[in-house]
Amino acid sequence: MISRFVVTAAEAHNPLLPATADLVWSSLVFVVLLVFFWIKVLPNFKKTMDARTEAIEGRLAAAEKAQEEAAAKTANIEAEQAAARSEAAAIREEARAEGASILAEAKAYAASEAARIIATGKTTVEAETQAALVALRAEVGSLAIDLASKVVGESLKNDKLATGVVDSFLAELEGKKK
Amino acid sequence: MRNALSLLALHSDNSGGSFTPPSIDEFYPQAVLFAGTPFELNRIMLIRLLVMTLLIVLFWLWTAKFKKAYKTQQYVPSRFQFMGEAALNFVRKSIAQDQLGEKDGDRFLPLLATIFFVVLGMNITGVIPALNIAGTSVIGLPLVLALAAYITFIYAGIRKHGAHFFTAALFPAGVPKPFYILVTPIEFLSTFILRPVTLALRLMMNMIAGHLLLVLLFSATEFFVFNAGGLLKAFGAGTLAFGFVFTLFEMLVAFLQAYVFTLLTTVYIQLALADEH
Repeated sequence: MISRFVVTAAEAHNPLLPATADLVWSSLVFVVLLVFFWIKVLPNFKKTMDARTEAIEGRLAAAEKAQEEAAAKTANIEAEQAAARSEAAAIREEARAEGASILAEAKAYAASEAARIIATGKTTVEAETQAALVALRAEVGSLAIDLASKVVGESLKNDKLATGVVDSFLAELEGKKK
Repeated sequence: MRNALSLLALHSDNSGGSFTPPSIDEFYPQAVLFAGTPFELNRIMLIRLLVMTLLIVLFWLWTAKFKKAYKTQQYVPSRFQFMGEAALNFVRKSIAQDQLGEKDGDRFLPLLATIFFVVLGMNITGVIPALNIAGTSVIGLPLVLALAAYITFIYAGIRKHGAHFFTAALFPAGVPKPFYILVTPIEFLSTFILRPVTLALRLMMNMIAGHLLLVLLFSATEFFVFNAGGLLKAFGAGTLAFGFVFTLFEMLVAFLQAYVFTLLTTVYIQLALADEH
């Protein structure tokens, strides 16, 4: 038994020396699989992995972008609201100022109109006074002459003389008044 | 190893009966087809072809999934597709890109992925019922893979550094000149001879030892149960339990050897690419 084992081990195979067929099939298996992995499996594998990485990164970027857009939109709306508010305030302010100016204008107009009416009234009164004065003067003159003629008689019917007397009398009166 | 085996043979001989321990002949089964030609097929070669076919079918299906996912822009992988991605990503990220960086990792990925899946697939047949022997347990395949690794790391070095790759490898910087008499032969031996040899032998010897151990344990179980008398039959339970444990262990070894082979290849490429050797 021992001898059989020792003999077979010694005379038969050295496990370190490859048989030709062993090398042939080993090389075949290795080369076939190497080519298979090289041109078939790995390129497709890498492509899928890269596409996935890209897709994940792309989706993250898209989500981020959407968030940014939403934030921008919110900011826009807020800005618009603020603008509308300030515009309304400006309009109110303007209206108030306009109202004030209209009021002031009306006041000024009324004042000027009043002044004008007063002035017109004054001149009318003056003119009337003047007219009354003239009429009065004439009447007073004729009244005085009538009176004097009645007193003095016919002699004073000479108009020229009478008028001169009256005028001088009146001038005297005026001088006194002054 | 031969001594150990004859010791086992002696021991089992003493226990009586007709127990035949496994020998190195385990790895040289009879030719099945094309006997005597360079294309002689035996059981182990057939197992290799079977593993190759299975790997192609499996990765073909995965590739079809990848293609479909790419075309339909379906970015959530199915469970099956995810398994393929995890397997390939293990080699791509944890082995290749970890050592070599993204660019060089992808550059050498075809070789590294092939080595990893070939070694893993061929190793695992050692514990698959009805196959029961690793495709890597005969020197041819480990040798071819080690040669591929050897050629690749030398190519990587020459491509990057030109002839300086050899001078840098053989005359390491920072060593006083007289020491080169001692250092250069050692460096030559370790870099250009021992690296491929250890790659091939580590793998093959692990598979041979694992297979012999399993055959020994299970044939001993058979012997104890059917041939041995009386109390000796109880030993059968022990050897069977050990056989079970070592089967699990062999699964671990199958993966570990694939990982170690691929990782060392990557490290050799990385050392060849490094600016200071």
